[in-house]
Amino acid sequence: MFDLGGYSTAIILGLKNTLAVGLLAMLLAIIIGFFGALAKTSSIIWLRNLATFYTATVRGVPELILLLLVFYGVPTLVQDIAQGMNYDVILDFNPFIAGTLTLGFIYGAFSTEVFRGAFNTVSKGQMEAAIAMGMTLWQCFRLVKLPQVIRFAIPGLSNVWMLLVKATALVSVIQLDDVMRMTKVAANATHKPFTAYLFAALLYLLISAVSIVVQKYLEKRYLRGYS
Amino acid sequence: MDWQVLIDYFPLMISGLWLTFKLTFLAVVIGLLIALPLTMMKLSRVTMLRLLSESIVFFFRGTPLLVQLFLIYYGSGQFRQTLDAIGLWSYFREAFFCAVLALSLNTAAYVTEIFAGAIKHVDKKQVEAGIALGLSKWILYRIIVLPQALRIAWNSYANEIIFIMQATSLVSIITLLDLTGVAGRVVSKTFAVYEIYSVVALLYIAITYGLVFVFKRVENYLQRHEKQSAL
Repeated sequence: MFDLGGYSTAIILGLKNTLAVGLLAMLLAIIIGFFGALAKTSSIIWLRNLATFYTATVRGVPELILLLLVFYGVPTLVQDIAQGMNYDVILDFNPFIAGTLTLGFIYGAFSTEVFRGAFNTVSKGQMEAAIAMGMTLWQCFRLVKLPQVIRFAIPGLSNVWMLLVKATALVSVIQLDDVMRMTKVAANATHKPFTAYLFAALLYLLISAVSIVVQKYLEKRYLRGYS
Repeated sequence: MDWQVLIDYFPLMISGLWLTFKLTFLAVVIGLLIALPLTMMKLSRVTMLRLLSESIVFFFRGTPLLVQLFLIYYGSGQFRQTLDAIGLWSYFREAFFCAVLALSLNTAAYVTEIFAGAIKHVDKKQVEAGIALGLSKWILYRIIVLPQALRIAWNSYANEIIFIMQATSLVSIITLLDLTGVAGRVVSKTFAVYEIYSVVALLYIAITYGLVFVFKRVENYLQRHEKQSAL
C-alpha cells in the first residue's frame, strides 16, 4: 500500500526528531507550567501579573508566528543590538533548539492553566491539617499537595501533549528534519505526495493512539486509593 | 529599528488581514455545516454511522492540520488525471480552495466532538420528562435538548473558533497571502524581521481578544437565566 521505494524508512527516521522535539518541549512545558502556576497563585502581585501577561500573550498569537519570531527574529534583534554597540555578531539558531524552546514556551502557558486548576483543587484545610500534624512546609507539599496535584493535572497535561505533538509538525518550516520534512523529500522523490503524506498522517495517528493508552494507564495509576 | 516599513506596506498588510478573516469565516461556517450531520451520526444508534463519524473525527483530531493541508493541496496532484476527468482539478489546483477544505474538515472534527459531548451532558431526566409529556422527537430536541446543549457547548465552541482563526496562519505555507503570508513576504523584502513579526503578533492578539470579548457577551446572553435566579 505504501510503495515509497525505501523513503518510508526516511520518514520513520524523521520520527526520531519529531519525538525528541515533542518530548523535550513537553518537559520544558511542564516545568514552566508548574512555576507559572505557582506564580499565578502567589500573593506577590507583580509575579501574578507577569504570569497572567505570559499566558494571555501566548494564547493570542499563532504558534507559527511565534516560531518565526524566535527563529528569525531573535538572531536579527541580537545582531542589531550588537551592531548598535559596535560589535559584529553572527547568530544562527539551531532549528532543533529554536523549535524545542518555542514549543515549550507556548505549551508552558497551556500547562500553567492546567497546574493552576490542579493546585486549586487541593483544599486549604488539608494543608492546615498537615501543618497541625507537625509536618514541615516541604513535607506538606511533597506528601500531601503534590500527589493530588499530579492526579488532577494528568488529564489536562495529556491534552497539552496531544496538541504539542501535532504542533511539532511546524518545526519542518524552520528546516528541521522531522516527519513532515522527510515526507516532503519522499513526496518529491517518488511523485506520490498523497501516499507520502497519508503515511505521515498514520504515523501521527499512531502517536496519538499510543498517547491515549499511556494517558489511561497514568490516570489509573494516580487514581489508586481514591475510588 | 525600521518602522517606515510598516507604513509602506500597510495596504498589503490590510489585504492579508482580510484573507485571514475570510478564511476564518468560511472555515467556521462550512465546518459547522459538516459538523452537524457528523454529530447526528455520532449519536446515532446505527453502528455503521457511528463508526464512520468516529473514524473521521479520530483522523482529523489525531493528525496535524499541516499534514491535512499538504495531503489535500500536494496530495491531490497524485490523482490529477482522475480529478481532471470529473472536472474537479481546477478546484484542487487552487491553494485557496484546498486551504478552506482542510480548515473546514479539521474544525468540523473538533466541533463534532464538542457538540456530541454537550448533547450527551443534557440531563437525561429532562428527555424522559419530555417523552412522558408526549413531545415529538423534533420538538423535544428543539426546545429542550439543543438550547441547553448550546449553553454547555458555547465555551468550548468559542475556543475552537479562536483556534481555527489562529490556525489559518498555516495557509501561508501553501503560498497564500494571509496575514502571516504577507508578513513573510514583507520580511523577505525588507529584512525588518522582528518589527514585522511583532506587529503581526499584536494584530493576532487584537483579533483574538476581540473575539473573546464578543463570545463573552454571547455567553452572558446564554446564561441570562442564571443571573435572574441569583437576584
